[in-house]
Amino acid sequence: MSSESYIRRPNRPLQVYAIVFLIVLYVPVLFIPLFSFNDSIYVRFPLEGFTVKWYVELFHREAVWNAFMNSVKVGAVVSVLSTALGIFGAKAITRYRFPGRGPLVGFIMLPLVVPLIIFGVALLVLFSQMGVPLSLYTVTIGHMIVCLPFSIATLLPRFEGFDPSLEEASADLGENAWWTFWRVTLPMVFPGVIASLMLCFTVSFDEFIMAFFLTGTQPTLPMYIWGQLRFPQEFPSVLALSSFIIAASFAIVFVGLWINRGAHVSTIKGD
Amino acid sequence: MTSDAFISIRNVDKFFGKFQAIDDVSIDIGHGEFFSLLGSSGCGKTTLLRMLAGFESPSSGEIYIDGQPMSEVPPHMRPVNMVFQSYAIFPHLDVRDNIAYGLRKQKLPKAKRDEMVDEMLELIKLPGYGDRKANELSGGQRQRIALARALILRPKVLLLDEPLGALDKQLREQMQLELRDLQRTVGITFVFVTHDQEEALTLSDRIAVMSEGRVLQMDSPTGLYERPSSRRVASFIGTMNFFDGTVSGVNGTSVEVAAEGLGTLRLDRRETAVAEGDKVQVAIRPEKLGISDSRPEGEGGRIEGTLENSAYLGERSHHYVRLDGLEKPVAVSAQNKENAIATADRARPIWLSWNEESLVLLAGD
Repeated sequence: MSSESYIRRPNRPLQVYAIVFLIVLYVPVLFIPLFSFNDSIYVRFPLEGFTVKWYVELFHREAVWNAFMNSVKVGAVVSVLSTALGIFGAKAITRYRFPGRGPLVGFIMLPLVVPLIIFGVALLVLFSQMGVPLSLYTVTIGHMIVCLPFSIATLLPRFEGFDPSLEEASADLGENAWWTFWRVTLPMVFPGVIASLMLCFTVSFDEFIMAFFLTGTQPTLPMYIWGQLRFPQEFPSVLALSSFIIAASFAIVFVGLWINRGAHVSTIKGD
Repeated sequence: MTSDAFISIRNVDKFFGKFQAIDDVSIDIGHGEFFSLLGSSGCGKTTLLRMLAGFESPSSGEIYIDGQPMSEVPPHMRPVNMVFQSYAIFPHLDVRDNIAYGLRKQKLPKAKRDEMVDEMLELIKLPGYGDRKANELSGGQRQRIALARALILRPKVLLLDEPLGALDKQLREQMQLELRDLQRTVGITFVFVTHDQEEALTLSDRIAVMSEGRVLQMDSPTGLYERPSSRRVASFIGTMNFFDGTVSGVNGTSVEVAAEGLGTLRLDRRETAVAEGDKVQVAIRPEKLGISDSRPEGEGGRIEGTLENSAYLGERSHHYVRLDGLEKPVAVSAQNKENAIATADRARPIWLSWNEESLVLLAGD
């Protein structure tokens, strides 16, 4: 007992609190998959038997597939562009000293705290003033604003975590900035790049508010789901679809975090 | 010194904002020379090295390497290579790819490339290490890989930024010898940055002692140690006893100084120009002072004092002797050749002696 320090001693109430916290956080979410297997169009207890027919039905619906593919397209483009911008931004922030560096990081992170409805309305006004028709392109631009902070936040520790003299060594050994980037910088931050791609894809795939303002005639998946909520008989299918999205999102984010594990620890001083 | 200089640093200043890191430095380094920049941290030695590599550019002045002005030449075009303090071994590459990193542009066939890498591994005494991952290497091995990676490009100048700083004492001494051997083998110019005066003395042909962005003195190791030009250099390299004094007479090349604690001394003027009445300092190294229980005979100066304190270090002893009229005791380092004098259990009278040539005359600060 005496060998356990005060800090390390197990704290029973805290453990209970942590478990309760996780339950409160995730149990509501778990109702979605639960009811998606329920053989009734009403979401209520008691459950009325196990079925997969809502899932089967999903696969035969053209509109679901269209919306799904729209979201995948937007997500793919957004993740690649945001991550590319994120790489340049994170490199600039960590490698160069320039006035206004601190405020700049704050500005980039702003979409995390400013309500997205404000960005959505602003972009909608902007696009309509410029005469740009709403389409998947406008959604893509909106999603990039949302995703850039995630990309930067994922990549910054990677850039901060590696010894700048690695890049200098590359220059010293005869490589210009372009080759140094491909041969040293990118391999060093690569786990962060993968993590950023996955995170941005997930964020874009799940995003509703921006899509709500900026979607034209082609809905993204969250927009489609929202549209279906008006029809009670469609609700179980929506639950099935949502279950898919939850599972896929969890998987992608966990894989991304796993790849990017030790962003700070493993790369310091090139170890 | 100007025409055969291989690296020529001409009146270089460097400002970081308002802070002046380098203050009007001019240095000429000859071909094949092992040149050290020595100073405590913040003295500008690393900034100067980084300017040679091209990572910083001078605010004014010019650096010439092999006759070419370097100010418009980016780091990747310069005929220099650097060994970084952190070694900067690429962690995502194995040893072979690390060493061959700079060879990409030469577009060599793989066999030729491998042959060159194997040659390098031989040179740095790590044959067969080509397939090791970077994180499987010890500090000393990393240091050698960093050397090989630079040397394989056959640079005209090798820059070394405290490359031995991260090694433990034993490995350090071993690497010092190997570095010196290596430099003789490959015959290229080494510019070496260190804060370790012993290391600089061991390795270098010449040393520039730096402080606050200026070069205080530039000389051979012997020159710096035996004939320091200022009190700062004298106290930075090794230990030195200083005595305040006043010039009481100048006669041709010899100067008479009334020094506190030592009385009237006659010294050679050497480089320091003085006139009668000038405040000066007389300095002498602890190991140049003789110490004995009885009054020493023969040439040279002698004085009686009180032995206050001694430290026995085996091969030699350090004694601290108080002289009349001096606040600080005089440090004496005596080789324990045959008859080490008894250490001081309690204060007792003792005699100090010296040769006039061992005294160094410094302008008063």
